[in-house]
Amino acid sequence: MITQWFFKHGDRRGVIVIAFLVGIACLVPLLNLLVPDTSPLHVPTYLVSLLGKYLTYALLAVALDLVWGFCGILSLGHGAFFALGGYAMGMYLMRQIGPRGVYADPVLPDFMVFLNWKELPWFWYGFDNFWFAALMVVLVPGVLAFGFGWLAFRSRVTGVYLSIITQALTYALLLAFFRNDMGFGGNNGLTDFKDILGFNIQAGTTRSALFAATALFLALAVFVSGFIIRSKLGKVLVGVRDAESRMRFLGYRVDRYKLFVWTLSAMMAGIAGALYVPQVGIINPSEFEPANSIEAVIWVAVGGRGTIIGPIIGAVLVNFGKTYFTTAFPEAWLFALGALFILVTLFLPKGILGLYGAWKARRAADAAQKDDEVLPPVVKQSGKRVPAPEPQAAE
Amino acid sequence: MSLSRFLTIIAMLGLCLLPAAAGAQAVDDAKLKPLVEALAGDNFDDTSKAVSELAKSGAPRAAVILNALSAGDLYVSKTDKSVFLGVRDGSDYAATDPLSGAKLAPVPRSAAEKIKVNNRLRRDIAAAIGGLTLMSTDATERRSAAEAILKNRDPESIPLLDQAISAEKDAGIKMLMQRAKAAAVLNSSAADDVKIAAIAEIKSGNGREALGLLTPLAGIQGPVGEAAGAAISSINSELEIWNGIQNIVYGLSLGSVLLLAAIGLAITFGVMGVINMAHGEMVMIGAYTTFVVQQIVHASMPALSEYSLLIALPVAFLVSGGIGVVIERGIIRFLYGRPLETLLATWGISLVLQQATRSWFGASNVQVSSPSWMSGSFDVGMLTLTWSRLWIIVFALSVFAVLQLVLKKTMLGLRMRAVTQNRRMASSMGIRTPWVDALTFGLGSGIAGIAGVALSQIDNVSPNLGQGYIIDSFMVVVFGGVGNLWGTLVGAMSLGIANKFLEPFAGAVLGKILVLVLIILFIQKRPRGLFALKGRAIEA
Repeated sequence: MITQWFFKHGDRRGVIVIAFLVGIACLVPLLNLLVPDTSPLHVPTYLVSLLGKYLTYALLAVALDLVWGFCGILSLGHGAFFALGGYAMGMYLMRQIGPRGVYADPVLPDFMVFLNWKELPWFWYGFDNFWFAALMVVLVPGVLAFGFGWLAFRSRVTGVYLSIITQALTYALLLAFFRNDMGFGGNNGLTDFKDILGFNIQAGTTRSALFAATALFLALAVFVSGFIIRSKLGKVLVGVRDAESRMRFLGYRVDRYKLFVWTLSAMMAGIAGALYVPQVGIINPSEFEPANSIEAVIWVAVGGRGTIIGPIIGAVLVNFGKTYFTTAFPEAWLFALGALFILVTLFLPKGILGLYGAWKARRAADAAQKDDEVLPPVVKQSGKRVPAPEPQAAE
Repeated sequence: MSLSRFLTIIAMLGLCLLPAAAGAQAVDDAKLKPLVEALAGDNFDDTSKAVSELAKSGAPRAAVILNALSAGDLYVSKTDKSVFLGVRDGSDYAATDPLSGAKLAPVPRSAAEKIKVNNRLRRDIAAAIGGLTLMSTDATERRSAAEAILKNRDPESIPLLDQAISAEKDAGIKMLMQRAKAAAVLNSSAADDVKIAAIAEIKSGNGREALGLLTPLAGIQGPVGEAAGAAISSINSELEIWNGIQNIVYGLSLGSVLLLAAIGLAITFGVMGVINMAHGEMVMIGAYTTFVVQQIVHASMPALSEYSLLIALPVAFLVSGGIGVVIERGIIRFLYGRPLETLLATWGISLVLQQATRSWFGASNVQVSSPSWMSGSFDVGMLTLTWSRLWIIVFALSVFAVLQLVLKKTMLGLRMRAVTQNRRMASSMGIRTPWVDALTFGLGSGIAGIAGVALSQIDNVSPNLGQGYIIDSFMVVVFGGVGNLWGTLVGAMSLGIANKFLEPFAGAVLGKILVLVLIILFIQKRPRGLFALKGRAIEA
């Protein structure tokens, strides 16, 4: 029944992606845990963590695509929401260390003992409970995004102005989190985690579980975004992207639509960060670097913005490239990334998926042309149309 | 101790040239001889006493002997306990008689011992020499003597100072001497009313120094303590004002840096609506051009190396501007009307340029030297300003002025303004907007290059140089408003000053965060910046 509902309400591609994600959520842990080391099918634990990391990036990219691809808000600060979610999870993991830290303080994390702090700051209260941390993972980025978006969208800050103040936002947070007296571990961030929910964070089983959780959350994100996009709300969002003033004149409260999708996207980014931290084992202020946020934008651009699967493909491909290049040709990585930015914006405005779409459209057009020779021209109307180039906001 | 050696030589020369004085000197010698012998006393206290006795004698040779003592050139013979001036010469000391300056037979090094001095003694000696040189004919010597007394506040030098003050002709040195005397009086057991007058004298001098002199007195009961307390509070309030002035000046200098970095961005953004994320790299290229120009000038025309910065200015403008034109023609022009994509593409360009610089020049900082006319500092009231700070302010303002002239008085400027105000109308009027775009982008990038020349003087020249400025520059442009250079000026200066005023209260980092938050809030109120262009043309 559920499948039927999916097919009725979701497009075929979305369903395939969700099925694929659920599939690897089961398959990769199985290949890691059950298949013996010697078998070529065995997936080593490090690879599980690496793939898990890619999938958290993919989740961030899906979140970013929701605002950029479908609503035209280019955020250069989504890394901030990602990192905030990560910090919330990191704080939980820090509290789980308990007396096993270097200084063996039962309550205070090591860095606080090191800084001679006597008691836990108020904002660390509650982070020993997983449910509280999980709540904060979505709440902190959500509230920040809501406040920021409420101010920005209400006063109609759009386009590059918005991009730049989102960048300023993440930059301000970067500077703030570098400070030792903020109480988030300063420069070194939070690390040395031991347990999550009572399981050893280094263990292969935990890693596999984290991977499965990431894949499932990503599937959920794909489902939610797909649901939103196909709803009437989604249509309004696309309208806002393509002609904001027109939507406003039609009577839509544009700022509220934007605020909704913006806050939702920030929460998704927060979840991505929370899944990222236990798999990578560290969170530090450099996650707030504006460069990271811009890199996330390029994942979306490479995959194809305004699609649901594009960001996932883009994030995984680009990060795979990054892993490969930074080990094989460390010098060349920035050249490659820079070239990617330029080439994608110049030649692939709709990303890899756009390329595929164009290829399919051309084939359809060719087929239609062939049909033309045999059939009367009326039939051509039913053939697939070449997608019209995406209209841009008027200057 | 080069000064004391210098004095020694002067004194020796003087003695050699003045045999006529020998008769009078003989009398002195007899009196000084036991004092000099006492310098080699068993403990530092004895030596110290001998030093002050020697200073009181006022003999011209005393300065030479004391200088030698302080420099460690005074020795005592182990055999007959006689004191001599020694210079190492192989295994012997070339000895000189301390009083007459006559050459003595060389003394083997094993037979003599250096008269040891400690830091306290050195201070005493400096004070004693100060007293001795107060009457010197050389103005700089008198000045340093007065400064030495001001530092050690020796009450015994008061009579000497009185004498010197009455003879002093130079007003500046006289004032210094009076202050030194006041400091010495405060250190002595003089009557209260004399001390109060001295406090008033000290108050008129350098604020921080006076504060240092007066603070210990504030605790004293009675009129002296009260007078000192009052003087301290008045100095403090004066310092407060100077602090404010310093914040403004430092803020202006930070603002000038921001202005330099942002002004090119304001042009490209204002005219073309292009957010150039590679702008910081244009600054970086300008700084590296300075480095290369300096290397070439050093190697081929060392005579011009003082002016290599001036040579670097046009070169950096051309290099950065040329790269800008290439970028515009090669990439950006295909992206017009898509500001967000332009932003991404230029970010890619910035990555490539950074990595290219890193591969070419290495990831570490390169050394760019400062010409002598930019190093050093000067005092204004209670402020110490470095020349480089001042030059940056002057330079930024002149770049601004030149740019205004270009925009207002040249054909290119006219066209640029036309395109800014209404691109389609300008195009209809026959302005080749693509060319205007290319030249505008070149101009903006070239100015970034010039900014790089200036920044190479105050910042580390590394491939990451531009990254540090890009966000601040954006803030300035967004804050000041697009399409109006005055907005950029006001924006840069107010951000600079706001930063410096927030720093003392919140610390440098928190101050910066506060400024960022304030800008984010400000944008809510005025989404188009301080000086927004009015009209329908720029509304989306």
